[in-house]
Amino acid sequence: MLGIVRQKTLEQSLKKIRPAVSVLRSYSSAAKQMTVREALNSALDEEMSADSKVFLIGEEVGEYQGAYKITKGLLDKYGPERVLDTPITEAGFTGIAVGAAYYGLKPVVEFMTFNFSMQAIDHIINSAAKSNYMSAGQISVPIVFRGPNGAAAGVGAQHSQCYAAWYATCPGLKVLTPYNSEDARGLLKAAIRDPDPVVFLENELLYGESFPISNEVLDSSFCLPIGKAKIERKGKHVTIAAYSKMVGYSLKAAEILEKDGIDAEVINLRSIRPLDRSAINDSVRKTNRLVTVEEAFPQHGVGAEICACVVEESFVYLDAPVERIAGADVPMPYAANLERMAVPQVEDIVRAAKRACYRSVQ
Amino acid sequence: MALSQLLSSSSRSGNRLKSLSSAISLRHPISTDTTPITVETSVPFTSHQCEVPSRTVQTNAKELLTFFRDMALMRRMEIAADSLYKAKLIRGFCHLYDGQEAVAVGMEAAITKKDSIITAYRDHCTFIARGGTLLEVFAELMGRQAGCSRGKGGSMHFYKKDSNFYGGHGIVGAQVPLGCGLAFAQKYCKDEAVTFALYGDGAANQGQLFEALNISALWDLPAILVCENNHYGMGTAEWRAAKSPAYYKRGDYVPGLKVDGMDVLAVKQACTFAKEHALKNGPIILEMDTYRYHGHSMSDPGSTYRTRDEITGVRQERDPVERIRKLILSHDLATEKELKDTEKEVRKEVDDAIAQAKENPVPDSSELFTNVYAKGLGVESFGADRKEVRATLP
Repeated sequence: MLGIVRQKTLEQSLKKIRPAVSVLRSYSSAAKQMTVREALNSALDEEMSADSKVFLIGEEVGEYQGAYKITKGLLDKYGPERVLDTPITEAGFTGIAVGAAYYGLKPVVEFMTFNFSMQAIDHIINSAAKSNYMSAGQISVPIVFRGPNGAAAGVGAQHSQCYAAWYATCPGLKVLTPYNSEDARGLLKAAIRDPDPVVFLENELLYGESFPISNEVLDSSFCLPIGKAKIERKGKHVTIAAYSKMVGYSLKAAEILEKDGIDAEVINLRSIRPLDRSAINDSVRKTNRLVTVEEAFPQHGVGAEICACVVEESFVYLDAPVERIAGADVPMPYAANLERMAVPQVEDIVRAAKRACYRSVQ
Repeated sequence: MALSQLLSSSSRSGNRLKSLSSAISLRHPISTDTTPITVETSVPFTSHQCEVPSRTVQTNAKELLTFFRDMALMRRMEIAADSLYKAKLIRGFCHLYDGQEAVAVGMEAAITKKDSIITAYRDHCTFIARGGTLLEVFAELMGRQAGCSRGKGGSMHFYKKDSNFYGGHGIVGAQVPLGCGLAFAQKYCKDEAVTFALYGDGAANQGQLFEALNISALWDLPAILVCENNHYGMGTAEWRAAKSPAYYKRGDYVPGLKVDGMDVLAVKQACTFAKEHALKNGPIILEMDTYRYHGHSMSDPGSTYRTRDEITGVRQERDPVERIRKLILSHDLATEKELKDTEKEVRKEVDDAIAQAKENPVPDSSELFTNVYAKGLGVESFGADRKEVRATLP
């Protein structure tokens, strides 16, 4: 009860201080660095500390310290009643977690990778996403499904799929895709506090990456709003919209484009559902050109949805067709040279941006 | 002239690698003695809902020496894969089978290539037992053209359809219903053959296993579910994952047998028994009590959830290769030196295959788009930049 009051007060004060925060961010020297792994671990720790209803459940999350060490130290700190190691049975333990959420607890379910979430997808969609609607608000499902999503390195066809578009199709779910440590902390905390089911798509290759982090972000009350994208890099010639690891690639592409006189605006989507359509459209109305970037399979993907919404809302502002960079339309091959062709590279983003700007791609 | 000699010798060695037993008789005077020898398995079998096969097993010198060679080859292969992974020539996931060789070898000895085998991702040795070559293994692991999946599958996705080996699966438990499906098809086609669907103690709790088992029992499918119980599902010990770790009993109404999976003769005996049973009476479960020396995969040290004493203890008391070595020596079927020479040969075969695999080229770029479908229908597919890379699917 106190927790809810505290949360509401926090939300209000956060709304007040947000503009101040962005000013502070530009002044602060951001001397601290934090890996995405540390960011996720600290977010879990703080939210478990703040609310005793939050518990972790998944394979190897406890004694093994987490398959990717995201939950390291949490079993020791919170005990086996709140950090639960499960057998390798996704359908079973996900169903159990959703049931616990029906009752009012706040589970954070870890999928060792989201590929394994397919074993439990019925519970995510039918038991979690739709319950609040079907029960006319009686049964809300304050659950978080988190874990690594998308391609890693050399893990083959069954371990490399990106599920952002699949989950984002479903009303009732919220789908988040953090990029850096600030995203990881702020969005995970928001997800855990959110009363709806949240699919939290991390990226294995980002876990070890270090990002500068400000004191505001380190505060235990820090939270990012769900459904809001972030302009990672302001620009005026072309908009590049990306999520997760592709944000990093897009920023690198922007540096290369700058040398050729193309000033790219990079949007870190952060939230796939709800999708920040106004941020995307505002940006395209400014730049008139759009490149969408995702690691996932192209057909019916996030890029396709973004393109549709821009064509619907900002058609007259477009000076060029929307360019779409995505994973190759094939199952992920193992061989290194083929894998490289199956995943977007920085040069693909550069090339697409140049095309959108009617520049020669040489 | 020299070139054609080189070519013919390399194709000879290719054939050699293909057929392990015939290689022995060509290169090394191993005993081809088939005089029966009677041996007892390490422990008697324990059964659930069925009679117990005899623990007295008939074997012979030729068989035992073949077992020794095959298991030594597998052992050497897995250890070499460890080094290649550390040298970053193998990427992604790599799950090693050393310690469990007796299951692959014993099973193969009990069946024919008409019977089917399907397993999970710890599949390198099962592939070899089904007739795969070392070159195909190492080339696949290194992502080269000569790999069994032409470099497109990787460690977890080895297949050999012409030997009825159906892979090679990354999602825990999925291979069990698939295996029951193979059994269904065998019965449908009246092939008089069986399917061995292998899974680990970690997968033993998967719901889909029980669903498939129920159907197999209802429909009397010739499905043999083999639990390779190495006592750890990644980092979780069996008692922490299963309310009942007596996996051979978990079939409830389906009979089961508990087998010492480190004793290749016990494995062979159990699989012979199971095949006969499955053809007449439908599904049966075999629980192989086995052990993996490596961690779950190359990313897992394997020592945070088990003690080094436990690992060395198993190596000393139950190692499958050592067991056969002792059996061979105690029956005077070969000398210690002859066995060591076999190990040296096997090591050389592995080294040669690795060298060959290293020279092998990576797949051609066009392979990105092959085999998406069996029949492409002229459909277009795309690379990461759809305006730059597109192809019509063959």
